[in-house]
Amino acid sequence: MNMVKCIDIKKHFPIRRGYLKGAAGFLKALDGVSIEIEKGKTLGLVGESGCGKTTLGKIILGIIKPDSGRVELETNKLQVIFQDPHNSLDPKMRVKDILSEGLILNKESKERIGGKIKDALDLVRLPQNALARYPHQFSGGERQRIAIARAVLTEPELVVCDEPVSSLDITIQLQILELLKDIQKRFSMTYLFISHDLRVVRHMAEDIAVMQHGRIVEKGPTRKVYSEPSHPYTKILLSSVLGIIK
Amino acid sequence: MILDLIRNKMAFAGLLFIVLILLFALFAPAIATNDPSKVDASSILSAPSRDHIFGTDMLGRDIFSRIVYGSRISLSIGFIAVGIAVLIGIVFGSVSGYYGGRVDSAMMRFVDIMLCFPTFFLILAVIAVLEPSIFNIMVVIGATSWMGVARLVRAEVLTLKERDYVAAARVMGASDLWIITKHLIPNAIGPVLVSATLGVGGAILVESALSFLGIGVQPPTPSWGNILMDGKSTLGVAWWLTIYPGIFILLTVLAYNLLGEGLRDILEPRLKER
Repeated sequence: MNMVKCIDIKKHFPIRRGYLKGAAGFLKALDGVSIEIEKGKTLGLVGESGCGKTTLGKIILGIIKPDSGRVELETNKLQVIFQDPHNSLDPKMRVKDILSEGLILNKESKERIGGKIKDALDLVRLPQNALARYPHQFSGGERQRIAIARAVLTEPELVVCDEPVSSLDITIQLQILELLKDIQKRFSMTYLFISHDLRVVRHMAEDIAVMQHGRIVEKGPTRKVYSEPSHPYTKILLSSVLGIIK
Repeated sequence: MILDLIRNKMAFAGLLFIVLILLFALFAPAIATNDPSKVDASSILSAPSRDHIFGTDMLGRDIFSRIVYGSRISLSIGFIAVGIAVLIGIVFGSVSGYYGGRVDSAMMRFVDIMLCFPTFFLILAVIAVLEPSIFNIMVVIGATSWMGVARLVRAEVLTLKERDYVAAARVMGASDLWIITKHLIPNAIGPVLVSATLGVGGAILVESALSFLGIGVQPPTPSWGNILMDGKSTLGVAWWLTIYPGIFILLTVLAYNLLGEGLRDILEPRLKER
């Protein structure tokens, strides 16, 4: 069963030169993209920066509207984990308020929120005294754990992970990836895992979609795409990290 | 932040003077040496002495006591006028910046229009039509000085609304009002605080100028501006009537400016030296 189905999504951003002139051209961020994500599975979305990966994630989340095409979701319980945990946590909020935001918006009672927050901190292995602190008092990896805790708290069925480990040290990356996998298994969540890092995607995703210039050029089971890539762009991407992959 | 403030000598001096004036205003009855409205025919225009440290005016009223009581009026006008300006500015600026597009264009053109009026003459005209009460003065000063705050808040909101934590809140189902009040305004408040501090000095100055022209705070209520005005006709024979309130206005406005600039250096380092 598919959790997400995107059908022929198009999104063009006008390029403006000057204040009064109309669009000088269009940046085709997404040019007819169709993907499906199976329930409980992870789809890895790879491609170089600027190829439209993030735009697709935001369209699935409903933050931006596509120009044409359809997104069919099996759930409305969505969550997101962003690349830069500095930018994704409100610097003026204590961790307690960051974590309870989604629950307050879901109109949960105060007592239940308190208990859930504590459990979530245990889940991402952060100490309870983190609650009274502000995001800037944590390291990058710890902040990403806070972002993961916030995402898990609202019990989402689909999580868009937009380069969740790209800004972290390599040793921390693995910890966070394992945490994400662990949580996915425990709560049977579906992931859209966006990354430019093929090693990370191989670690995380059962299926993979390769994107170039706003189009999906290749998709299929991760193992198959990695062992016998059919599109030249996939081959280039793979050969650039070949030494490490093999 | 408080440590930074103490380290910044000029800002700290400003803060100390502001605290002193605040104490004047709060404990006026204890600090004033005389009843500020008591007329004393036996000591008209007497020079500063031990009984009247700042001298007396042409009705024999004690200038020091009038200045102490006047600080209540001048400060509350400063605070409340700026409070009104900040409130309007924050609402206007955050709505304009958040919704963007045509709403933003229309609202910002309105700000441009408001900035075209020579504010002081606008205030003069409004006060001339309404009656010059303390309440009216506060409201009019506030209603004509919010544009800077609105522009500041809008500029902040324009960048803040692109932050990922705003997107995350939206994914969790937050409304526009929630995002504006919980995420955007708290993060935009730094520069507003600076501008408000500088604004209090400006508002006190406007009040003084209005009172000096006789359309501000009406006698016998003392304000620094109208004590100054009382002195202008006797400047040749009784300098203390003009000099002392003038010094208080000068020092207070200076103190707010120093504190405001100090806060700006601490809270908004990127705006330094601009």
